[in-house]
Amino acid sequence: MMNKQFIAGIKAGSSIAIGYFPIALTFGLLAKTVGLSIIEATAMSLFVYAGAAQYMSLSLLAKAVDPVLIVLSTFIVNIRHFLMTASLNEKMQPAPKWVKSIYAFGITDESFSVLATSKNDKISTAYAFGVTFISYSSWVTFTAVGHIIGANLPTFLKTAMSIALYAMFIGLLVPSMRGNRKVVMLASIAAMLHCLLYAIGIETGWSILISTLSSAILVEIVYANRRKSDEQLFVKEEES
Amino acid sequence: MGTQYWWMLLGMALVTYLPRMIPLAFLDEKKLPPIVSGVLKNIPYAVLGALIFPAVLFVQDGNILFGVVGIIVAFAIALLGGGLMVVVLGTIGVLAVYSLFI
Repeated sequence: MMNKQFIAGIKAGSSIAIGYFPIALTFGLLAKTVGLSIIEATAMSLFVYAGAAQYMSLSLLAKAVDPVLIVLSTFIVNIRHFLMTASLNEKMQPAPKWVKSIYAFGITDESFSVLATSKNDKISTAYAFGVTFISYSSWVTFTAVGHIIGANLPTFLKTAMSIALYAMFIGLLVPSMRGNRKVVMLASIAAMLHCLLYAIGIETGWSILISTLSSAILVEIVYANRRKSDEQLFVKEEES
Repeated sequence: MGTQYWWMLLGMALVTYLPRMIPLAFLDEKKLPPIVSGVLKNIPYAVLGALIFPAVLFVQDGNILFGVVGIIVAFAIALLGGGLMVVVLGTIGVLAVYSLFI
């Protein structure tokens, strides 16, 4: 049973692994050009494991920015995960704190999306380990490979693969959108807000956090009011 | 890069890990008021919207159309009932052909 769930998690996570492949490869290559050794570059993927923050740290390292500031910006970029793991916690199978603390390391935007949109009511711990394990392996391995061989994929393939994660996000979203207006509203309001915040120049980590939270709250209020007026209608019908 | 790099890495690892770990390990899922838990349940779908737009438009520098085509292809495959892997590989395949022409 546990084994089956783990394998199912690996399968679900393999889309992430494919999506990480070109990004990690490029990260490894860029790290080399900034002057990181293969050990230093791979260690960052191994211990930090945060795509956006890692890319940002490279550009800051190249500008010889104070490391304390690099850590601080990493934190700011990653604050959004507070929100994601709080949300994921609602769906996870109860487990001891130390077990949850282990797979928590593997929660990225992508693994969160795969886990949180899973059709099961409760997500098993083994499934979470499967999804995070395959994604993490891809990220770390291809960082090292990228540093060694450089991102020497044929250009057309590298170009095409840059769409992978977005295709995955859509593949996760569409089945939930079908016949569910709430999901459509949630996604489109957040998307519009993020575009707006991007246009006025808010940093990505913050704007994902703000647009997601605002959309989730707004839609929840709309639906709570609707429920309330439905109940009032029901009461009136009973009275008459 | 030296010792300073490793200290920085430690700092980055901590500030990345803590926001992922604290809510999972320390939030008690049963004690949240319904409105908060309702909002939290909405988060995944809102996150997906915010992750896709506007970033997808910029996957290829200076070619917004590339991202738009990708979105349309992925949507089409997903609507036809393709599984996650089919959506991902199918979109890569179509865009690989497309990128030979740009």
